[in-house]
Amino acid sequence: MTNQYVKELVNKNYEHGFVTTIDSDTFEPGLSEAVVRAISKRKNEPDFMLQWRLKAYQHWLTLSPPEWAHLTYPAIDYQKMIYYSAPKVKKGPNSLDEVDPKLLETYKKLGIPLHEQGRLAGVAVDAVFDSVSVATTFKAKLGEAGVIFSSFSEAVQTHPELVEKYLGTVVSFRDNFFAALNAAVFSDGSFVYIPRAVRCPMELSTYFRINAANTGQFERTLIIADDQSYVSYLEGCTAPMRDENQLHAAVVELIAMDNAEIKYSTVQNWYPGDAEGRGGIFNFVTKRGQCRGKKSKISWTQIETGSAITWKYPSVILKGDESVGEFYSVALTNNHQQADTGTKMIHIGKNTRSTILSKGISAGFGQNTYRGLVRVLPQADNARNHTQCESLLLGPTCGAHTVPYIEVKNCTAQIEHEATTSKIGDDQLFYCLSRGFSKENAIAMIVNGFCKRIFNELPMEFAVEAQKLLEVSLEGSVG
Amino acid sequence: MLVIKNLHVSVRDKKQDVKTILQGINLTIKAGEVHAIMGPNGSGKSTLANVLAGREGYDITQGEILLNGENIIEMLPEMRAAKGLFLAFQYPVEIPGVNNMYFLKAALNSLRKHHDLPPLDAMDFLKLAKKKIKEVGMDEQLLSRAVNEGFSGGEKKRNEIFQMLMLEPTLAILDEIDSGLDIDALQKVAAGINLLRRPDRSIVMVTHYQRLLNEVVPDVVHVMVNGKIIKSGGKELAFELEEKGYGWLGVDENIT
Ligand SMILES: Nc1ncnc2c1ncn2[C@@H]1O[C@H](COP(=O)(O)OP(=O)(O)OP(=O)(O)O)[C@@H](O)[C@H]1O
Ligand SMILES: [Mg+2]
Repeated sequence: MTNQYVKELVNKNYEHGFVTTIDSDTFEPGLSEAVVRAISKRKNEPDFMLQWRLKAYQHWLTLSPPEWAHLTYPAIDYQKMIYYSAPKVKKGPNSLDEVDPKLLETYKKLGIPLHEQGRLAGVAVDAVFDSVSVATTFKAKLGEAGVIFSSFSEAVQTHPELVEKYLGTVVSFRDNFFAALNAAVFSDGSFVYIPRAVRCPMELSTYFRINAANTGQFERTLIIADDQSYVSYLEGCTAPMRDENQLHAAVVELIAMDNAEIKYSTVQNWYPGDAEGRGGIFNFVTKRGQCRGKKSKISWTQIETGSAITWKYPSVILKGDESVGEFYSVALTNNHQQADTGTKMIHIGKNTRSTILSKGISAGFGQNTYRGLVRVLPQADNARNHTQCESLLLGPTCGAHTVPYIEVKNCTAQIEHEATTSKIGDDQLFYCLSRGFSKENAIAMIVNGFCKRIFNELPMEFAVEAQKLLEVSLEGSVG
Repeated sequence: MLVIKNLHVSVRDKKQDVKTILQGINLTIKAGEVHAIMGPNGSGKSTLANVLAGREGYDITQGEILLNGENIIEMLPEMRAAKGLFLAFQYPVEIPGVNNMYFLKAALNSLRKHHDLPPLDAMDFLKLAKKKIKEVGMDEQLLSRAVNEGFSGGEKKRNEIFQMLMLEPTLAILDEIDSGLDIDALQKVAAGINLLRRPDRSIVMVTHYQRLLNEVVPDVVHVMVNGKIIKSGGKELAFELEEKGYGWLGVDENIT
């Protein structure tokens, strides 16, 4: 029964596909040392930043793109891409009133409140448009608590010592091809510092928006939670519909000190391409957290519904004794989308624990791979990991793959791995239909049920959005 | 209420071989009547129930199904539900992560919408649900669990009857609602079915056992063998079957 629905693939509605016409300061396409220098200059960066970028660039030149993922896409011509594009502003905006109204309009259309009285009161937002941050809300209130929440470029100016101390300490530019590229050319992103014993008084979030054509987006996020602090952070992403693929290569670094906790949630809705697989974002990101301190905790929750290709493995290095790492993921691929995503849990400290719960949903011709590594180092006594991977297939032409890597060098470790693949059952579907549900509603309900445990990990306001997003992303997967 | 004329149904198996399951079913059920369908395993009872509820995957090669005079063969299952048809499943499926209460509320409100009734709000729904759940003696805790997930066999069956009482269908088809029930549960389920009985509603019960029919006394009993109704009669027919099996009807007991 399902097969028949899925056969009739139609264009799904991507409601964020509009383009904003805005004056921008845009580089010529191409990448060279001069471009790296020019970006650093535009940002008025201190010398340590420039030197770091140049080293990263030199290293990148020696690398080639990774080929081990279960993904197929044409080679990317890095000389055809634009590495810097920023909406023109006279000077950095000091308040929202100085932000170009067209930008505010854009975020309003996306349903993202930049006005502090906004719908999601109690959530501070940093909005990144193409390569630069355009507005950060609730700064004063956060400042009172001692929390630093700003665009990355601003942090480089106002807190260079923190940036210099922590930048690249979790994801080195030597880590991989895209991380090196990002280090060389990243233009903005978010910076968060939570001081000792502070519980961040509100959710922090960043909305990334790609607007300009042929532009790569390279942001970098750095979050540091000092001893006994707590922060919950959410990122959202959208882009216009374009026929060409666009590269998004971000890096996120998280650092949790003693007893600190970072909860990082992503609702990724980059343009996925059309029903035939034309266009869409290549989302090649490196996200990693380090539980540096004792009893620290880092949780990643991701809802990945967008992008033509997702290559992403939010990981946790469990260095501190008794630290905890968690990874909760829903990845949905419809039409011709491909996702190769998962996590790495590296157990170094004693009594460290990690939990992995991954839900993959494939429809249309979508290909969904879970790739996960659990590594227990010799000194990591009593490490525990529980991994559960579940895949749901919504038709005969899609695929689900599970690739777990387990490396254990300490015999006290306890590692559990469960993997299941199921089809959305004709029985389940008919049961719902016979109770009066339409096919679309029935499938949305079953898929939402499948993802329930992950949605439960999201901050309340976003769980509802994620649920709706999933429904929109499934549109067209049923007839 | 329901008229089935010369219904022939076949399926294609994995090798694309055609297998005919129903071979000319004729059945008329008037408003207010309760009919029981009995018959050996594999005779086509569940197939008939599924076809009535509109399940895809069956080829209806001949015949008509009239619900209140309207031929529903081409009608989508959700439309049939909206027209008051309800199927209690022989094997109710689990829907992980979907809250039982949410499921039922959404189902009820989609039916109400179809009848231009305003949706029930959470409070009214809860009140109604608590009243009906008592009537089937089902544990209230089951409302807050996922649909049928981890329910015992008996709990699943009670949940079907609970759904039926909530949705108040005009034609309820109950496929082996009595199988797997303990004696107390059978009483409760039967009581639930009797609550639904009204002059404007009809009930079709597929069953293998007399004991359900002692509690919910049918107006007509049919015997289905090999995709045909070979005998119909009053409630006494069920006693006869219980006593003698199907052999005396000229049926080879070994066919399945
Ligand atoms: N989709 C199908 N593909 C192939 N054979 C089928 C299919 N559906 C039903 N059948 C066959 O049709 C026959 C009738 O099945 P059905 O489930 O209707 O029987 P039943 O009378 O309900 O039996 P029981 O009393 O055991 O529940 C069986 O032989 C069954 O195997
Ligand atoms: Mg049956």
